[in-house]
Amino acid sequence: MTSHLSRRSFHALFSSAFGAGLLTIAGSRRADAAATEITVLNWKGYGTDEAFALKAFAEATGIAVKHDYFNAEAEMLTKLRTNPGAYDVVLINSARTQQVQADGLIDAIDLSAVPNAKDLSPSLRDHPNILVDGKPYGVAWLWGMTSLAVRHGKVADANSWAIFSDPNYAGRLALFDDSITQVGIGALLTGQDPNNPKDLKAVTGALKAMKPNVKLMWSSEDEWNKAFAADAFDISDYWSGAAARSIKIHKLPLDFVVPKEGAIGWLDTLAIPSSSTKKAVALQFINYMIDPKFYVTWATQSGAPASTNAAAMNALPPDDLNHKIYKPEDLAKLKFMSALPDDRRQAFNDIWDEVKAYYAK
Amino acid sequence: MSRDFRALTRPALARRRWAIAALVAPAYGWLTLAVFLPLSAMLFFSFLKAAPFGTRPLQFTIDNYLAFVRRPYLVDVAWTSIQIGLWTTGLSALIGLPAAMALARATKGRSQQVLFLLIVLPFWTNGLVRVFSWTMVLREGGVLDYALHLVAPPAPPFSLLYSFPAIVIGLVHAYLPYMILTCYLSAAAIDEAYIEAARSLGARNPMIFAKVILPLCLPGLISGSILIFVPVIGSFMEPRILGGRVGVTMGTMIEDQFVQAFNWPLGAALSFTMLGVVLLLFGVSSRVLPRRILAQ
Repeated sequence: MTSHLSRRSFHALFSSAFGAGLLTIAGSRRADAAATEITVLNWKGYGTDEAFALKAFAEATGIAVKHDYFNAEAEMLTKLRTNPGAYDVVLINSARTQQVQADGLIDAIDLSAVPNAKDLSPSLRDHPNILVDGKPYGVAWLWGMTSLAVRHGKVADANSWAIFSDPNYAGRLALFDDSITQVGIGALLTGQDPNNPKDLKAVTGALKAMKPNVKLMWSSEDEWNKAFAADAFDISDYWSGAAARSIKIHKLPLDFVVPKEGAIGWLDTLAIPSSSTKKAVALQFINYMIDPKFYVTWATQSGAPASTNAAAMNALPPDDLNHKIYKPEDLAKLKFMSALPDDRRQAFNDIWDEVKAYYAK
Repeated sequence: MSRDFRALTRPALARRRWAIAALVAPAYGWLTLAVFLPLSAMLFFSFLKAAPFGTRPLQFTIDNYLAFVRRPYLVDVAWTSIQIGLWTTGLSALIGLPAAMALARATKGRSQQVLFLLIVLPFWTNGLVRVFSWTMVLREGGVLDYALHLVAPPAPPFSLLYSFPAIVIGLVHAYLPYMILTCYLSAAAIDEAYIEAARSLGARNPMIFAKVILPLCLPGLISGSILIFVPVIGSFMEPRILGGRVGVTMGTMIEDQFVQAFNWPLGAALSFTMLGVVLLLFGVSSRVLPRRILAQ
């Protein structure tokens, strides 16, 4: 924030002091400069603002990329609604795409203008969450999942969520304290759609059956790492990105598995606001964002979720951890989250509260 | 003090009243702003169907106050919270009263200042840090476990973390200073002459404690208990982190409504229901208690 402000005030100073003198020189280039600057709306530190990428992109195309950030998806929506024309590229979780499209805030994308789109995994590129009337309202960019993490060497036979109520692991289970995730797992266990399970009684029953195994409930990555390192549990539902960090940074002995019933996936897209005036340039930037060169540098230098671009995943070094966590064959087993209406969100929360009260009894 | 007032002339009295009003006004103004307004907003929310954000129309309902009927599991949760409150308050009294007496009657000067500092120290550390440091102590292979195995190597691994006692330990640590400070005020005010009188009448120490010191410390014990019991039954951080599976309380339920379900009305209604239960408890206990205090 401070660097932002100081940079801005520096610009102000600079232009007022030297502006008059430079005006004549810069005059001819000004129109270009205005056209070759785009603004991206994204989470802070989520790929699009990597310094190396902005530099490489500017060198290759002469386009400067500015950023604005949001801290919650609701804030992203508010910013899109209240600042028409301010943004050229926006990150949208595919669970939200239909809602944003219905509000008329984003445009359909012509994938033929995005050369790298040819390598996108078809199931992600054409995911029903991002299609409206057969047209994509965003380019699938990154994906990840909440799946099963088990202690390496101690739990060998993990291939089903049923292990959550396996008597062999009494008192060795940690659960993510989140109603949507837990109801989702209950739905997978009972063969239902995690986004809209019809038989909520069966879900409640499946979750209650885990009681003898449940040791604790976690709500942050840090808490998970500390408890796992202290040997408090052996089995848990966990985020793919966090699992990669636990292995790479904290050297924790865990295996990340996608059970046969499937796992809960999320898919982020890059979309173009309908109010943008630089749509062609925005597409150029999106094309760079799904480029294998960008992804490999980002993933190996800082760590990144899985790319939707199969060619980018293949371009990772063979020993890269992302190969072990995001396996192409698991993609078909993922159930991607979609938007939840308020009453369903409340119903999920009520189930989880009831189950937690039962665990505590 | 009252004698001074009577000696004052009428205008002087009026002036003094104004002065008092001026001195009190900022505090009450602040309380109105910081406590009363948000609380009334929450009270209003608790009668709504959905939180009034965005363009949603207001819909009134009393459904939220039927939560305990519609969601019977909440009764268990409320009972757990009250048990945690009783244990925490009881243990704080058991530890806090002797500590306050020792502070008031057996120390003075510099050593007293140092002891006070040690007691207030937990107030100055971040609550979350305190709770996480308890996880280091209580867990298997933690400090307690290690100490136990130094003394008795063949003992089985020992862990209190993720259990009811762990929650109570964390809460007693956080709230004990309230009890010590309120009891200290009572204990320091006891006139040495009462104790000497009791002693000269042949009372031994246990009798002096039961008949003189304890009754005189009762106001401190009661205000300390109120200061502790009320926040403890609404606590959510300690149960969540130290309690594991059993750490489900009214506090965590209410937090879920605000943070996860975005159901502010239900969360607010649950809070006010708990407030009602607490007021009821104090109403009942105040019928029993003051007579004993007044009897002194």
